[in-house]
Amino acid sequence: MSAGTLSDAYDVAVIGAGPAGLAAAAFCAGAGLATILFDEQRSMGGQIYRSIGATPVKNREVLGTSYWRGARIVEGFGRSGAQYVPGATVWSLSREREIGVSFDGSSHVLRARRVIVCTGALERPFPVPGWTLPGVMTAGAAQILLKSSGMVPSGRTVLAGCGPLLWLLAWQYVNAGARIDAILDTVPAENRRRALPHAASFVFSSYFREGLRLMRTVKREVRVIPGVTALRAIGETRVESLVYRVGDGAEITLPVDTLLLHQGIVPNVNLAMSAGIEHRWDDVQLCWMPVLADDGASSVEGIAVAGDGAGIAGAEAAYWRGALAAFAAVRALGRDVPASEVSRTREGLARSLRGRAFLDALYRPPKTFRQPTGQTIVCRCEEVTAQQIKASVALGCTGPNQIKAFLRCGMGPCQGRLCGLTVTELIADGRGATPSEVGYYRLRPPVKPVTVGELAALPKDEAAVRAVVRI
Amino acid sequence: MFKRLYADPTASPVTIWIGDVCHSALPTDTVAAAMLAAGVLQCRTTAVSGASRAPYCMMGVCFDCLVSIDGVGNRQACLTPVRDGMRVELQYGKRELGR
Repeated sequence: MSAGTLSDAYDVAVIGAGPAGLAAAAFCAGAGLATILFDEQRSMGGQIYRSIGATPVKNREVLGTSYWRGARIVEGFGRSGAQYVPGATVWSLSREREIGVSFDGSSHVLRARRVIVCTGALERPFPVPGWTLPGVMTAGAAQILLKSSGMVPSGRTVLAGCGPLLWLLAWQYVNAGARIDAILDTVPAENRRRALPHAASFVFSSYFREGLRLMRTVKREVRVIPGVTALRAIGETRVESLVYRVGDGAEITLPVDTLLLHQGIVPNVNLAMSAGIEHRWDDVQLCWMPVLADDGASSVEGIAVAGDGAGIAGAEAAYWRGALAAFAAVRALGRDVPASEVSRTREGLARSLRGRAFLDALYRPPKTFRQPTGQTIVCRCEEVTAQQIKASVALGCTGPNQIKAFLRCGMGPCQGRLCGLTVTELIADGRGATPSEVGYYRLRPPVKPVTVGELAALPKDEAAVRAVVRI
Repeated sequence: MFKRLYADPTASPVTIWIGDVCHSALPTDTVAAAMLAAGVLQCRTTAVSGASRAPYCMMGVCFDCLVSIDGVGNRQACLTPVRDGMRVELQYGKRELGR
């Protein structure tokens, strides 16, 4: 599938080639609409099905069946006739559905009648002291290294945090024979009580069977330390050891070469927010989510959001949501979608959501790991600490946009992706307000860096030139 | 510190330069993966404090893997596939215009 010739207008543009984007683009193209799918990575699958076409991990037992399910979705897309552009970074999306995209060293601007944003999720920040040291990475990073490059850590390795992906990675490492010295489990005891009311629907979900088997294997093979309440990474130019605490107990030191952190994933909001899509704070998942109708329609006409970017619900739910957003686009552009197809899809979505409430409650990350204190770095790009943020709030800083002026916090290249949630929560805590009241960074395009040269090379019309040229 | 456990036996290795040192990489590697496989656990030092940074997220959102590739600075190593003969340089401190 090659990029082909880029047109300047399409019926539907889909951004992101994970399960949601693949489903959406496949369906739109299959319905006869001129459809284009952009993805930043070089091959399709998003993060969950990363490198599914080309992983060097050929033994299917290592990555597991839920990973390999992605192959069918990729094949389905391949048959659909949608145009696919890999290695393409969408750096802007306007309310009028004008898209700025960069690939192969040059930028292009095009329009679509409908846009489906499927930019997925990223890992929740895990701000502990020393989390910026080389050798400290996310569990997702470790999964990418395994799936894309067949690599595993070679020295003393510790996994820390909570959430299904942490256990999935541990299980994949056990299958691969990779070394794990310990798993530091940060799930607080009260989460188990909170999750209990949702246990019934969890037991009947696919997560239960798969999850139970997975956990049993990991707990049999790896040392798991539950009830971890504090963690810090120590080292000079790289991580050399970590110190943790269980409950109110004494501090324990472990030498470590690779520390893999994970405490859940959250929507990657940058493109959606910069397009003016309204978001709301969700107190269950502790993150910002777009305000959407059932079919993924956002507050901006003609732009829908699907997949984990619409709210964390897993790969299967992402697929069904991508399809629902596609049906809405197809119908909006005058073609038919059989009602039976829609109801089948809604049923699939409902099935895939079973059990999520239990997981959300069980793996709700504790406040101590969401709201750091003291010299712990919050904004990695600008090296702003928790103490500096707290002091700014005491001086009268009211929100994340003001804190940019106080501290440059949030003004680095990641554009708040790794500090935003922490900053919102710290300011809310300091002010005695809710995260919803405090708000989030005001995001604007370009949402990914693009060179001045690429922007300057974009086609300019007479009016645009006359607007700036002095005669 | 990462090692290769699985590799495509039919893939022909490529050569990349990291600083003055030549390293072998596989064509499906990103620059970040190739650096980790080569035992290079630093991409840059920060503009604010000179602290050492290496890849954190491997998916293009953290910007800690910024390196100079073939003379162009601030490129995300985890999003750039290796190419035979590629020259990768670590970035120290603030950037300069034109690099």
